[in-house]
Amino acid sequence: MIHSLFLINCSGDIFLEKHWKSVVSQSVCDYFFEAQEKAADVENVPPVISTPHHYLISIYREKIFFVSVIQTEVPPLFVIEFLHRVADTFQDYFGECSETAIKDNVVIVYELLEEMLDNGFPLATESNILKELIKPPTILRSVVNSITGSSNMGETLPTGQLSNIPWRRAVVKYTNNEAYFDVIEEIDAIIDKSGSTVFAEIQGVIDSCIKLSGMPDLSLSFMNPRLLDDVSFHPCIRFKRWESERVLSFIPPDGNFRLISYRVSSQNLVAIPVYVKHIISFKENSSSGRFDVTIGPKQNMGKTVEGVIVTVHMPKAVLNMNLTSTQGSYTFDPVLKVLTWDIGKITPQKLPNLKGIVNLQSGAPKPEENPSLNVQFKIQQLAISGLKVNRLDMFGEKYKPFKGVKYITKAGKFQVRT
Amino acid sequence: MNPMQKLLQLPASAVNLVRFQQGMAGEEAKSPVLTPDGGQQVWYNAMQADELRLLKSPEQVAAPENSTSGSQTQPLRHDDLKEMLDSNKDSLKLEAMKRIVAMIARGKNASDLFPAVVKNVACKNIEVKKLVYVYLVRYAEEQQDLALLSISTFQRGLKDPNQLIRASALRVLSSIRVPIIVPIMMLAIKEAASDMSPYVRKTAAHAIPKLYSLDSDQKDQLIEVIEKLLADKTTLVAGSVVMAFEEVCPERIDLIHKNYRKLCNLLIDVEEWGQVVIINMLTRYARTQFLSPNQNESLLEENPEKAFYGSDEEDSKDDKPDAASLVKRKPYVMDPDHRLLLRNTKPLLQSRNAAVVMAVAQLYFHLAPKAEVGVIAKALVRLLRSHSEVQWVVLQNVATMSIKRRGMFEPYLKSFYIRSTDPTQIKILKLEVLTNLANETNISTILREFQTYIRSMDKDFVAATIQAIGRCATNIGKVRDTCLNGLVQLLSNRDELVVAESVVVIKKLLQMQPSQHSEIIKHMAKLTDNIQVPMARASILWLIGEYCEHVPKIAPDVLRKMAKSFTSEEDIVKLQVINLAAKLYLTNSKQSKLLTQYVLNLAKYDQNYDIRDRARFIRQLIVPTEKSGALNKYAKKLFLAQKPAPILESSFKDRDHFQLGSLSHLLNAKAVGYQELPDWPDEAPDPSVRNVEVPEWTKCTSREKRKEKVEKPFYSDSEGESGPTESADSEPESVSESESESGSSSSESGSDSGSRGEESGDQSEEEKKKKKKGKEGPRKACLESAGSDPSEEEEEQGKKGKKKKPQHEGKGGSETSWEEGSISESSSSESDSGSEAEESQSEPESKRRTTPPSSKPAPKASRKGTKEISLLDLDDFTPAPPQPASSPAIVSTSLVTDLEGLTLTDASLTPTMLSPVFSTVKTYELLHRMAGEGLSVEYYFNRQPFPPDPHMVAVQIQFSNNTESEVKNLRVSEPKLVSGMRIQEFQEIESLAPGDTANVIMGIDFCDSTQAANFQLCTHSRQFYVSIQPPVGELMAPVFMSENEFKKEQGKLTGMSEITEKLTLPDKCQSDHTIVQRVTAAANVSRVPCGADNEYRFAAKTVTSGSLVLITLEWKEGARAHLTVNSEKMVIGTMLVQDVSQALAQ
Repeated sequence: MIHSLFLINCSGDIFLEKHWKSVVSQSVCDYFFEAQEKAADVENVPPVISTPHHYLISIYREKIFFVSVIQTEVPPLFVIEFLHRVADTFQDYFGECSETAIKDNVVIVYELLEEMLDNGFPLATESNILKELIKPPTILRSVVNSITGSSNMGETLPTGQLSNIPWRRAVVKYTNNEAYFDVIEEIDAIIDKSGSTVFAEIQGVIDSCIKLSGMPDLSLSFMNPRLLDDVSFHPCIRFKRWESERVLSFIPPDGNFRLISYRVSSQNLVAIPVYVKHIISFKENSSSGRFDVTIGPKQNMGKTVEGVIVTVHMPKAVLNMNLTSTQGSYTFDPVLKVLTWDIGKITPQKLPNLKGIVNLQSGAPKPEENPSLNVQFKIQQLAISGLKVNRLDMFGEKYKPFKGVKYITKAGKFQVRT
Repeated sequence: MNPMQKLLQLPASAVNLVRFQQGMAGEEAKSPVLTPDGGQQVWYNAMQADELRLLKSPEQVAAPENSTSGSQTQPLRHDDLKEMLDSNKDSLKLEAMKRIVAMIARGKNASDLFPAVVKNVACKNIEVKKLVYVYLVRYAEEQQDLALLSISTFQRGLKDPNQLIRASALRVLSSIRVPIIVPIMMLAIKEAASDMSPYVRKTAAHAIPKLYSLDSDQKDQLIEVIEKLLADKTTLVAGSVVMAFEEVCPERIDLIHKNYRKLCNLLIDVEEWGQVVIINMLTRYARTQFLSPNQNESLLEENPEKAFYGSDEEDSKDDKPDAASLVKRKPYVMDPDHRLLLRNTKPLLQSRNAAVVMAVAQLYFHLAPKAEVGVIAKALVRLLRSHSEVQWVVLQNVATMSIKRRGMFEPYLKSFYIRSTDPTQIKILKLEVLTNLANETNISTILREFQTYIRSMDKDFVAATIQAIGRCATNIGKVRDTCLNGLVQLLSNRDELVVAESVVVIKKLLQMQPSQHSEIIKHMAKLTDNIQVPMARASILWLIGEYCEHVPKIAPDVLRKMAKSFTSEEDIVKLQVINLAAKLYLTNSKQSKLLTQYVLNLAKYDQNYDIRDRARFIRQLIVPTEKSGALNKYAKKLFLAQKPAPILESSFKDRDHFQLGSLSHLLNAKAVGYQELPDWPDEAPDPSVRNVEVPEWTKCTSREKRKEKVEKPFYSDSEGESGPTESADSEPESVSESESESGSSSSESGSDSGSRGEESGDQSEEEKKKKKKGKEGPRKACLESAGSDPSEEEEEQGKKGKKKKPQHEGKGGSETSWEEGSISESSSSESDSGSEAEESQSEPESKRRTTPPSSKPAPKASRKGTKEISLLDLDDFTPAPPQPASSPAIVSTSLVTDLEGLTLTDASLTPTMLSPVFSTVKTYELLHRMAGEGLSVEYYFNRQPFPPDPHMVAVQIQFSNNTESEVKNLRVSEPKLVSGMRIQEFQEIESLAPGDTANVIMGIDFCDSTQAANFQLCTHSRQFYVSIQPPVGELMAPVFMSENEFKKEQGKLTGMSEITEKLTLPDKCQSDHTIVQRVTAAANVSRVPCGADNEYRFAAKTVTSGSLVLITLEWKEGARAHLTVNSEKMVIGTMLVQDVSQALAQ
């Protein structure tokens, strides 16, 4: 399956290579560089490239290209998903998945890669098992290690690999037994220039942080499970229970993980919490334009809309912008042509407004398209779909755990066309 | 040499090597740093210092080594590392190994350290050991002899009592790619395959492909091992062994028979990566073993194909099986095993792993009956929210699927809408899918989307959009004219690439019906002066040449211009100039004879031989000379033959002969090692091969045993299985199996009793479950029916409207003139009804519509004076605000209408609705056209907040001037209002051109009463008394609340504030969707989530006083329902009950 892996940074240096079968020369990456050049933009590098003897499947994460070399037929998603899992693992281990983090921890990276794949076929990808095998670096441990010479390899044999619930470590002990669930919902929407909703949908996830001793068997039920239209599960969830009773029943992994992600059907109407009024116009034959954007809360749901940021990718011809905002601050990056307006909280009494003049390159033709506005916002203590956790029950262990649920609504891919 | 001998010889060679190794060590010992013997103390001290240095600044030491590693002096550089490796301190060894691994990671050569490293293979420190393994696996291939040194360590490890050590020894041993140890590996694998521990067996399965790639002669022996491991019943092994099967012997499908049911049942418990491999393999297996579930339909398709391909020799044979198959195929019953596979894979659509979801999706696509394939769409659409690489792959597969099964993705049309932030490659794929999904009902929505895309800054994407429009136009006849006109407008675009792409697409479209579009051809002829893109120029020239009869005056002139610039043109343009010249010569030799000769002469001396060739060829063909042969007579036929219009096809057509989700499918070329997806067999192979013998007595024991088992499969409780599955279920654990002692998972393939015991154990819960299920059934069905896309709904209404239309037509009222226009255009244009005559003055618009379409597109656009060039003016697809209740009718009928005389683009700028649910906006008349002397005024409640004053209701007013002259100074004056009522007037409209419309918004504070607001509407010449009376439903604004809040608030508003009414819901109003739609149409409320079945809740606040209005609709058995309104304002409550129940009863 996966023959080799090359990690390449943005300037085209191959800073790590790992081979699971015989060695493939670095020169194979030249095909990748070629494609990269052709694509001009990092986002447009095709994830699958065919070369005379190999196929290159790559992903782009955190300014690093993970390029894997494949020799025979394999489902491309298999490789892509695996590479993302590798990147996730790095993130999990080092706190970030950056070039420096990888370079600093090259040995751990190598040990991880060695465990994750055997002969190119995924072996252990569950973070709990990996952490049993190779302990993540901490400052304390690295100090201790350098003094005592002990290693960051697990001393005990990894038994997680043997169990049929591979996502959970065997002996877990906590003094405070806690289980937290974050219900995070994101609104994906496209609003057209007249303000009507072209497309709106709620995508939600439940991220959990479970610190429970022993082998707890949890079941989580909702007040209104019918809301969930399409769900994908962490492997720990018993599918049959969900199908028959709409209850999430599972033995949780230890620590942080994503329990489910779901979509709320678009047939239910999505309450769009903000509205945007905008006048963006460019004058014919003069090198200036008008920019006037107001944002306001739409549905009164008793919660404040906060963390509002509006980003606009202005047309290429824009030189700079002279704006005044009634609230928050704005920056305009004249190289990338990106306007960012950081508003913060919206108070309905005084709606934030940003207006002023756009200066265009003299002589350049009037831009044809008005840029679309990307809006970010956050609403605490609210799941916009109305999803509510009913109760959490624990079986199999005696103690009483502390349970917590948090709701939050965010803007996902929220775009306003102008 | 037999394997045994090899094995025996090994120690000898190893001893030699060890000696050699010692020799080397001895040499090293002579180095000045170390004293050979006895100097332990000194050596230790020396090392101490050394060690400190190394530990303090590993980077500094590493740096020079890195910088010079490429050079020849490298071996010397590694001395310090060798020293460290030879030391007896683990920390030093570890440090050295870490640095070596870092070198390997950077791709530096560290092979010369091999002897020093390999010695440490038996090191006690686990980390050092692991790093040595890493090194060994990397370099063993290069240093085979030395690598043998380590073998004995692993052999010892293979005998270790701990299963994990056994496994890891086997793993490393099999990873060392040294041909000489093949026999040892073979032995080790065989042994491990019958190990007690499933983990070791898994490792054995992993080792099989490694050995196979090292020495393919071992295939037969390996197949034996695979066969044995396939019979393994643990989930841990299943994935790995199928992987080995796929790499070693994918053609031995017969090995799967006996294990098929077991694999299906275990599938859900296998780890995710194994699932992917197993599902892909089972897809292939099923294609060979089962009959096509769609054969009844496919039979119809097949027959013409047979006639097409049927060669003579086979004809005689063909008849017989055909007839036989017809008889045989009729009673198609799906093989229960086939069903088992489909059922057991379905839950995996819910996996978090995109690869698993894709694998199941392709399995369903290739194996499931047509009616069932739909389930995968939802899951695939979910993946679209994942990383962009995942999106890219999924979209490619969706593109292929959507050609064959368009209906599947239609409900998710909007999920493929493009965001300006998507990468270009994703945009283009989404566009592909949207185009594939386009059909007559949704084309209007799709074209409207395309119109936004055309204005994008991403020019590649714009070009792709233009092509997509072209494809829609060819596929869907009824929008062809709209598209064509839109594309013509694009010709005046500023961006050359856009123009060029449009030209190319227009050329293709025109070929379908050239005679009607000579105007467009003329227009394009003019473009030759400006467009520089060669492909576009060539396309224009070809068009003019091909249809020179339609543009007899222009064509020679174009040729003249081109002849002038001939030498500086690109090659493809030159070829087309020659082509044009030839065609003109044949049709209009009088005017073009000299020009043609001139062009041909120029071409004769061109640098490109193609062009010279062509010129020579054409000269001979068209210019009659004494030498020219008989062909000359046919020149005209040759050049001016009727050419078939091109068919614009998706590049994803027919890609599904590759297994979806595979690399080959993605590349559209066969990848190395790709296993063809076989066609369905005509006759099902014997299904009994999958039966597994079940001796009666084992059954009992196994049952007993099962109870003893502590651990059970986590997930696979295959409840309610039937038929042969039963036999699979009762498959015994073979007696020899003794897994329980290893404390690992057992593979009891989930019988009912076992799994239920785990879940809860008590019967009552089970019963509850069933009850719930029963309840959920119908509920689900009605949910699904409500799930139809709002836009679809819209379309449907549009159709209804269409049906109604003929009745209106006679009246010829102002409302219907729109539709009429469109109809009369497609039929003969002059036959407009008599009513036209008397209203002709006031209705210039309808008249304009009836004029032939292509007469004057350009002036029209300019006359309208739209600031914004609306490229594909499709804005009339929006439910146009000024239309009364029948407005949705426009949606589809106006599609056919030409671009002319559409509403201003500005009209769409009016904020319309909160969400698609309110697609039917009710408009009211404020001033009739007749009463207003040509000025007609309509209004509707746009349900947007009115920002200047939140206590006001926003009223959108639309003026349309149907007079011949300008209307000036439109304003509000002298409002006569009930006390407390307030009006926020709109800004005065200075002038309104004839035929124009204008929209304004005014705010009225109705004080929560339905009293009318009276005021005067003034123009420069007249005053009209008008009044706006709000329906009670518009006096409120939606509020968002949760179920709990709702209940709490409802509890406060009981007694007098609660108004209840019983009603019966008519048949057509019994789905969730229609109920919600009707209620939200009747009143400006928002829906409140509700956990209970058959209950709907809505909430709003009155605009002025902000008091809550809560609506609850309880749906009882049958058609009966209870409507409850809770509100402080009793009057509003009562009126609202009336309105809502009326809306529902309609």
